[in-house]
Amino acid sequence: MRQVYSILVNNHAGVLSHVAGLFTRRGYNIESIAAGPTEDTTITRIVIVAIGEENELDQIAKQLRKLYDVREVEQISYNQAVTRELVLATIKAPITKRSEIIQLANAFGAQVINMTDDTVTLEASGNDHKVRTLLKAFEGYGISQMARTGMISLPYDGMPEDWEPIA
Amino acid sequence: MELNGSQIMIEELKAAGIEMAFGIPGGAIMPFYDELLKADFPHILTRHEQGAAHMADGYARVSGKVAIVVTTSGPGATNLITGLANAQMDSVPLVAITGQVATNMIGTDAFQEADVYGCSIPVTKFNWLIKDVNEIQHVTREAIRVATTGRPGPVLIDFPKDIQITNTVYTPRESAESPLPAPREYPELDTEGIDKLLAAIERAERPVIIGGAGIIKSGASAELAKFAKAAGIPVINTLLGLGGFPGTNELFLGMPGMHGTAYANFALCECDLLINLGARFDDRVTGKVSSFCPKATIAHVDIDDAEIDKRVHTHIPILGNVRDVLSALNEHLRPGDYDEWRQTWTDWKENYPLQYDWDGSIKPQYVIDQIQEITEGNGIYVTGVGQHQMWAAQFIRFNEPKTWVTSGGLGTMGFGLPAAIGAKFARPEKDVWLIDGDGSFAMTLVELATAATYNVPVKVAILNNAYLGMVRQWQELFFEKRYSHSHYPENPDFGTIAEGYGVKGINVTDVNEVRNSLETAAEHDGPVVLNFLVNKEENVWPMVPAGAGNDEMQLAPPSREAKS
Repeated sequence: MRQVYSILVNNHAGVLSHVAGLFTRRGYNIESIAAGPTEDTTITRIVIVAIGEENELDQIAKQLRKLYDVREVEQISYNQAVTRELVLATIKAPITKRSEIIQLANAFGAQVINMTDDTVTLEASGNDHKVRTLLKAFEGYGISQMARTGMISLPYDGMPEDWEPIA
Repeated sequence: MELNGSQIMIEELKAAGIEMAFGIPGGAIMPFYDELLKADFPHILTRHEQGAAHMADGYARVSGKVAIVVTTSGPGATNLITGLANAQMDSVPLVAITGQVATNMIGTDAFQEADVYGCSIPVTKFNWLIKDVNEIQHVTREAIRVATTGRPGPVLIDFPKDIQITNTVYTPRESAESPLPAPREYPELDTEGIDKLLAAIERAERPVIIGGAGIIKSGASAELAKFAKAAGIPVINTLLGLGGFPGTNELFLGMPGMHGTAYANFALCECDLLINLGARFDDRVTGKVSSFCPKATIAHVDIDDAEIDKRVHTHIPILGNVRDVLSALNEHLRPGDYDEWRQTWTDWKENYPLQYDWDGSIKPQYVIDQIQEITEGNGIYVTGVGQHQMWAAQFIRFNEPKTWVTSGGLGTMGFGLPAAIGAKFARPEKDVWLIDGDGSFAMTLVELATAATYNVPVKVAILNNAYLGMVRQWQELFFEKRYSHSHYPENPDFGTIAEGYGVKGINVTDVNEVRNSLETAAEHDGPVVLNFLVNKEENVWPMVPAGAGNDEMQLAPPSREAKS
């Protein structure tokens, strides 16, 4: 199972070491980790996607809450929150394939940010599903370089308290 | 008032009520040591930083108070790591203060520089690297608060040398403020969980209590005794929970798990309600989880949410302080009828007692039995790690909490001597007995110098079998007697070594001299080392093999079992 954790931490030096160290020490698997400032300069939001058994995923949240600098841990399911990831990918694009690739990029709302004689570099963002689909679509052409930010996430505002996500 | 960084930290430590320091100075902590001369709490100069950490650990387990451990940067600090990990595993509060190279030198591979902040993250509850003199007041207060509240644990403050001598304006805390940031931070009482447990107790036919370190740390022994006696429910104590319930009480079933009593393990296998009070279901207790308490509803009271459901699935989780939960249980207790169950476990106790053979050699269990007899369970008992530790846990019958000092979670050989010294500093009026193995003792015996220098009258009983005994036992049982590197045939003469340190040393080779030598040691006004040359091939029984279930316990050596 995969689980998204949205973690609010004090913006202290060393806090990322404590969070990452917890995952190493207890043998939890991180798929991605993204950290950045929030609206409050004293607080950083770390978004981690982890993989594990159901019991382990709850343990991760409990262990995270014990860390001194961790203020809040939310276990997020996809339909409770907006999740986004930014991808930069350089696609092999010989002149004969170029227009086809650009057309495909347009279909995903991806931007062309660089072009050479035989490559096209794209910038795309989306939720987990979209990013996977997009990468799969371009796989056939050959992806020569790729960088991903890892997932970031914010809970939907105004979610009714008794609202239950569809499992 | 203008003070330098060292002075501010010492003011804060004094204000927090720190009464004891252990450590060794060195280059990067010298300004702090210079100010330590003016502190109103004593500092014990040890021979190794690991010893300092274990002393603070033993001191805390016996007194319930936190001590500071001071070392220099680099090797001084890295020598602490084992001591911190030990305290972390057993939830023991201590505050380590380590010198660090000056802030402008950090990261340059300076002399005696090590990334102590990074090294200590996984072995502390929390740690700080001070980068500004104005943080010291806050960090020192927070360090002590974090170490002593909730589930206690060790903390570390890395203190660069330049900041130790930087001046700033210091405003002491208000005198009205309490010295330690008492009351401990506990979650609200879970009344719903408590009601569920009360109902389960009323319904149960074969309930059993397992009391862990949480009983000792929360000071819940009196509440536990009241609860168990009123309900008539038998009590098992984990290794770190020993002393939490009187060892001589008829309801006491001893220790569970790998080297637990037969009747404790039978009770776990047969109970229909397990009430876990502040124990963390360590693998040495549960054995194979799938065959742990197979017939029981499991209730688990713990201060740490992350311990609940970590290894064993819990039906009645109660997050909270064990003492508060027990008080609430005592108020509304409605026990069921457990007469038949009582008969069952009473028969087990009678039919499967702890025992050892008698063959004319010095049996290690006999030495412990004799220590028990002359102290009547009123001493403080400290151990290293290994066979001797298990025998001590089995054969000492503790009368009160905080009289048992042993390295549980980490299993740190060498813990014993320094921890015993720390324990004696905490309770000078008590007889402190260290029951140690030759392997464990040799790892930190240098602290005999500390015992001699400060005349700390700890009584050391080495159960010397010239083996890493527990390793040897496993090799005998599981490695077809291939004794790979577990033998110390050329063990030093520990009696003479003790004398060399200025400590009374006695070698005991004759079983008829055991009692006498123990009495001599008890009466001697100063530290003593008794080196008992015990039976070399004695094993600890019963035993649940690693990875097996508690229902697969072996009661006695295969040969003895075959005969009976």
